[in-house]
Amino acid sequence: MAKIVIDGVEYEVNPDNNLLQECLSQGLDLPYFCWHPSMGSVGACRQCAVTQYRDEDDKEGMLVMACMTPATDGAIISLEDKQAKSFRSDVIESLMISHPHDCPVCEEGGECHLQDMTQMSGHNYRRYDKKKRTHRNQYLGPFINHEMNRCITCYRCVRYYDDYAGGTDLSAQASHHHVYFGRHEEGVLESEFSGNLVEVCPTGVFTDKAFSGQYSRKWDLQTAPSVCVGCSVGCNTAPGERYGTLRRIVNRYNSEVNGYFLCDRGRFGFDYVNSRKRLLEPVKRVDNTGELLADDEIKAVIKEFSREGTIGIGSPRASNESNFALKTMVGDENFFAGYSDSEHESMAAILTLASDKTFHSPSVREIEEADAVLILGEDVTNVAPRIALALRQSVRNKAMDLASESRIPQWQDAAVRELAQHERSPLSILSPAVSRLDDIAADRVIESLPALVAMGHQIANKISGSAPAATSAEHDAAAEKIAAQLKGAKRPLIVAGSSNGSDLVKAAANIARALHEDGEKAAIDLCLLVPEVNSIGMGLMAAEENSLGVALDKLSSSAAKRVIVLENDLYRRASKSQVDSALDKAEKVLVLDQVTTTTTAKADVVLPVTAFSEHEATYINYEGRAQLSFQVHQCQKMAQPAWRWISDAAHIDDVIERCCSEAPGFAKLRDVLPGGNPFIAGMKVPRQSHRYSGRTAMIANVNVHEPKQMEDKESIMSFSMEGISAQKDPSIMASPWAPKWTSNQSISKFQDEVNGELKQGHVGSLLFEKTDSGAYFDVPAATVQPSGKQLHLALSYQIFGSDELSARAEPIRERMTDAYVGICPEDAERRGLAQGDVATITPTGAPVVVCIRTGVKPGTALLYCGDANISPAEFTGFLEIEKSAARATSRGIANLIVSDFQEEEI
Amino acid sequence: MVTKPLTKNIDMSRPPLDIAGYEANEGYQSLNAIAKGLSPEDVLQLVKDSGLKGRGGAGFPTGLKWSFVPSGDNSPKQKYLVVNADEMEPGTFKDRLLMEGDPHLLLEGMLIAAYTIQASKAYIFLRGEYTVSEQALKKAIKEAYKKGYLGKNILGTDFDLDIIMHTSAGRYICGEETALLNALEGKRANPRAKPPFPQVSGLWGKPTIVNNVETICNLPGILTYGVDWYHGLAKGNDHGTKLFGVSGKVKTPGCWELPLGLPIRELIENYAGGMQDGLELRGFLPGGGSTDFMLPGHLDITLDYDEIAKAGSRLATGTMIILDDKTCPVGMVGNLMKFYAHESCGFCTPCRDGLPWVDQIFRDFENGLGSEKDLQILHDHVTYLGPGRTFCALAPGATAPLGSGLKYFKEDFEKHITEKRCSYKH
Amino acid sequence: MSQQVIASTATKARKLSAEEIAEIEHEMTLYPDKKAVGLEALKIVQKNQGWVSDESLFGIAEYLDIPVADLEGVATFFNLVYREPVGKNVILFCDSVSCWIMGCESIKGHIKQQLDIDYGQTSEDGDFTLIPVPCLGDCDRAPVMMVGPDMHRNLTPEKIDSIISDYKNKQD
Ligand SMILES: Cc1cc2nc3c(=O)[nH]c(=O)nc-3n(C[C@H](O)[C@H](O)[C@H](O)COP(=O)(O)O)c2cc1C
Ligand code: SF4
Ligand code: FES
Repeated sequence: MAKIVIDGVEYEVNPDNNLLQECLSQGLDLPYFCWHPSMGSVGACRQCAVTQYRDEDDKEGMLVMACMTPATDGAIISLEDKQAKSFRSDVIESLMISHPHDCPVCEEGGECHLQDMTQMSGHNYRRYDKKKRTHRNQYLGPFINHEMNRCITCYRCVRYYDDYAGGTDLSAQASHHHVYFGRHEEGVLESEFSGNLVEVCPTGVFTDKAFSGQYSRKWDLQTAPSVCVGCSVGCNTAPGERYGTLRRIVNRYNSEVNGYFLCDRGRFGFDYVNSRKRLLEPVKRVDNTGELLADDEIKAVIKEFSREGTIGIGSPRASNESNFALKTMVGDENFFAGYSDSEHESMAAILTLASDKTFHSPSVREIEEADAVLILGEDVTNVAPRIALALRQSVRNKAMDLASESRIPQWQDAAVRELAQHERSPLSILSPAVSRLDDIAADRVIESLPALVAMGHQIANKISGSAPAATSAEHDAAAEKIAAQLKGAKRPLIVAGSSNGSDLVKAAANIARALHEDGEKAAIDLCLLVPEVNSIGMGLMAAEENSLGVALDKLSSSAAKRVIVLENDLYRRASKSQVDSALDKAEKVLVLDQVTTTTTAKADVVLPVTAFSEHEATYINYEGRAQLSFQVHQCQKMAQPAWRWISDAAHIDDVIERCCSEAPGFAKLRDVLPGGNPFIAGMKVPRQSHRYSGRTAMIANVNVHEPKQMEDKESIMSFSMEGISAQKDPSIMASPWAPKWTSNQSISKFQDEVNGELKQGHVGSLLFEKTDSGAYFDVPAATVQPSGKQLHLALSYQIFGSDELSARAEPIRERMTDAYVGICPEDAERRGLAQGDVATITPTGAPVVVCIRTGVKPGTALLYCGDANISPAEFTGFLEIEKSAARATSRGIANLIVSDFQEEEI
Repeated sequence: MVTKPLTKNIDMSRPPLDIAGYEANEGYQSLNAIAKGLSPEDVLQLVKDSGLKGRGGAGFPTGLKWSFVPSGDNSPKQKYLVVNADEMEPGTFKDRLLMEGDPHLLLEGMLIAAYTIQASKAYIFLRGEYTVSEQALKKAIKEAYKKGYLGKNILGTDFDLDIIMHTSAGRYICGEETALLNALEGKRANPRAKPPFPQVSGLWGKPTIVNNVETICNLPGILTYGVDWYHGLAKGNDHGTKLFGVSGKVKTPGCWELPLGLPIRELIENYAGGMQDGLELRGFLPGGGSTDFMLPGHLDITLDYDEIAKAGSRLATGTMIILDDKTCPVGMVGNLMKFYAHESCGFCTPCRDGLPWVDQIFRDFENGLGSEKDLQILHDHVTYLGPGRTFCALAPGATAPLGSGLKYFKEDFEKHITEKRCSYKH
Repeated sequence: MSQQVIASTATKARKLSAEEIAEIEHEMTLYPDKKAVGLEALKIVQKNQGWVSDESLFGIAEYLDIPVADLEGVATFFNLVYREPVGKNVILFCDSVSCWIMGCESIKGHIKQQLDIDYGQTSEDGDFTLIPVPCLGDCDRAPVMMVGPDMHRNLTPEKIDSIISDYKNKQD
């Protein structure tokens, strides 16, 4: 700790930080642009100038940039000094010279850091009367608008996009006051994290294109704290609604999980909520058409399904509450897992490991702390994108160490990068094809899945002799090197997941166990990825023997008569024949879902379920972190949370309470609730801002009387602007907003220090108790080799497409590809296949597009199932591919962004 | 006794001396001392004792700069020497003369510098437009390799040195030493923050010394003839000789090697032949475009770093630009502002967005559109773009002629406003 | 490890000539990092082609496996990398302070009149492109300019006329 004096007041600060960071941490208002809490300082904008004095006798002082000056003990500075203030106002004056002043039509208006800083810096009178410099804009794809005239050249976009997120197609161009930020030519921004530009840009250069089409001001959006349902990371979000439609999603800061950033699936993948194809009414099937169900009929249906002989199939994309309600309704023994049997097997292993003391499941922030990483078989960017972004930061730990050795402060961003050059903490990727993280990988091995399993065990065995040795494994040198790197690390991390069966998970666990045994290290970071928002929650809920296969067998064999399917398209989880026979045999099928699917088409009764933004819910992320997601807006029609249809609980807290006491493993779920009292000082927390406009006129086309605001009987929040602003309690704060700070940068007012926890920290509740300490898994017996035309199969996920719900969002659809197989050039040639051909795959004969990629292991086929009905569960182990006469649909694979796409010569 | 160590071999009416000719005139003598066991520490001490100050503009003591390079076993193995031959300062024409006239002098100096900091690789960052210098240096480098002065185990010692020519692609900011490093690395030539200084983390993150061509060319003399001789060359408090140039409407513009400490009057009147007939001296920039104007009243000040600083300007590159009484001072400053606005790298706000405004105001003055308000804005920018406020010294350089111009030629600015035209134009 | 060079550029890339590649490969031996060679490669290509076309830009990025966006950022930063076609001879016309004092404005006016081009333009016959350049470091012989690699000093309108006709004759 160091003591510094700011405008005569003494503060205790951290000398490892810079003055800007410390001023903000102390709650002071100091304007800035180029600095960003997660990206350090470069000193470009000069907006954060303060006066620093040599000592108490120094009355003159000199200007320094707070962001570029360490908070050394004894420093004396002033924010209020005249020369500092006047310089800051000069800076903003120059920044505004060519700015178009188009706030009224700019999407950033009202949450614009530039607006905030302009006011804060005291530039109110315009002196510049010459011509403005203007730029041309670029088309950047379906996600992002480009309006370069608003640029103030803070360099944040490229520093974020290239340096932080590893993008390669955005750069600073030209020079002097013509500096331009864009692509080398128009085209889709390729990074999976492009959407963060919207929040990183302090003004309206990069804005949310999907939002522009149905724009509303920040203060007119009804907003509540939410959790992204795109994957198992569970990033915290703030969705905004107006006129009954969900308009946009922005990041909600959580120091442990997503920090300041989301992925593009999470940000742009929500508009299925507004879709006309949503299920919004309860219907029964009469002669193949739907007919509305009356209230009493619904009651009868529920009664019928409450009888003996009903089984329930849960859902990894449904909340804990809904899964629990179903489980309660049908009884523990009749509640079945709602994911594929292969995933079930992986999940069983993952859940066992979760209670093992040997391992620690790291949060996203902790992942950034790893100093040696091994990724075993998982395509992190496509399965859990936000974690890929965290891994990019982890490899920089080496640079940070080097900087410390050279006594360069870690926040000196450019200097640290310059010093470190290409030095990175080791990251090794073992996978069946190249991946989007390869550019930061120190070592990478491309192998078939069985060979990767063997290699995993080989590494474990090299770390500790007591781990079982792999029977046969190549790549001895690479294994040796990786083992040594992991052993030598202070905080090694192993990443694997459920995408391709449990063998990889087990091999990963053996490596972590070997590391634990090898040293005196605390629990080893083992990050096991699962695909969906509540895979873990549902997995915890279902008994291990209750797999989907068993459920379907029960129905086919008439051991069960009725089935309730919760938010699930079974055709994505099991083979068509299996599902068909089960559903055909079942006497009655009740499906509760948000959207129509092949499964709802087979249902006798369909009950509409609210989407994530329309209900309050809890989900368990990949690390076992339970998080609460508030309802943002009401569903305009008849959809309800699934639990409400099938249980008689009146209040979500009751469901959660019962779940805590009845469902094993959920005891700590109640910790996510915001205290016992749903009121702050007797008032609720408003979802609408105090400037929310048009309330009286919003439905004037229907009724000129201002309706009574809907009441929220369930949560601490209200559907109105009345109440006590959530700003006092960051744990229920959707979008930060503080006096003088309307943009997301106001977050510093709510953190205990810059980049720290929110004051009154609210980071969810970790459910897993570490009780056991298991043993090594055995090495699996050597697998059968592919015969004849067969290729090893590796299921491939896509950030845009593999998630069932976001794949229905329009902007995401614009980035999706058709189902494809990825094979190497030799395998393609052998089969007479050319890039973009259509082929059929055995056993189903389904058509897929051929994607020839040079970075795929020969003898292996990547299969991406697309959003059409190719069920991954149809395929195990091997795949045969044959040329088909069919032609690719318009979409084909044109949107695929991979580094090894084989271009045809021209 | 040698009195013009920098230019003794230079005769622009013939091609530069080849290696044999250069050696014949006591060239590469300093290498013998090194071969005989003069240690890097010894050389460093000599250079410190010589009092040599950087000739690139800032006038920083060279020995002191070198002493910041980490040495010893724990220091990074790779170190770099970079010669700043980007000469783009308006009105500066001295490094060109040295490189075109006597390339081996630069190479010998580089050997000394590289040896002292133990750099095995040196780059010459040459301005792309200097095609003649490029050819001359390339030829000299080839000769030096052949002779064993470059390459591995130079003169049987365990010292290795490779010299690599880099021709730049044009931008004044590349002359700023950290921007230069970025340019050498193939990046956009934005300057870097200091600290860390290049001596600690420079080219590709390794310890690096950047020195001006003329600075380096001082070294062979210091080693060959000794520190006392070097001290004896100058007339004032500074040491050694320096290239001084005069451009503008004087009778015989040119560039000469002269002792430091010479009175300015002597340079302008004796060497440059005084003002052209019919013209009066109005003022001058003593060391290139980034220095403050001085007035005829300053003519008796000596060409010393400190003396000129006392008069409110800087010796900088030592190449003077003369303003005569028939040339519009507003136009002259405006020309410089156009240059600085265009050459700003675009990294930091005041320079990137402040200078174009200044430039635009000068254009307006030129066209009779200047106003009191604009004049005030110019004054404001002198403070706004001053030292310590921008990321590098480019913008503060621009404020030197701007601030002093506004001060010394106030009535000219006002006349432009009242007459709504430039009265120097007919 | 390989960078993830933008997939869409490969099809548009011009294959670099053997000569260009040989020169680039030589530069590779002089710099420890291929990013540094990016700028060198731009200069090499420009030397051979006169300017750097989009196709050449892609070709270099492809060959060196560096992001084309970065390379464009560098190419557009430097004054002497031409991203538009230029004439057979590029006139780098110094209009900095000493040349300005010595009357370069009127020399420029003369060129403008003779070739009917302003800064940034190429004469109709494709022979000359006129580009302003900061101080060429020959201030004692101002006004000055370069045509291609050659310096021309103490310019007068008459000198300009003879220089123009010399270059025209040289080509024929
Ligand atoms: C904008 C700018 C341009 C510069 N241009 C040059 C230059 O062309 N040549 C040069 O030697 N120094 C130039 N310098 C000074 C260098 O940054 C650096 O101080 C010098 O090369 C150090 O060498 P010295 O210590 O030998 O003088 C420039 C500085 C600035 C701020
Ligand atoms: S003062 Fe700023 S913008 Fe200007 S050249 Fe230096 S760093 Fe670049
Ligand atoms: S925030 Fe400090 S200079 Fe930009």
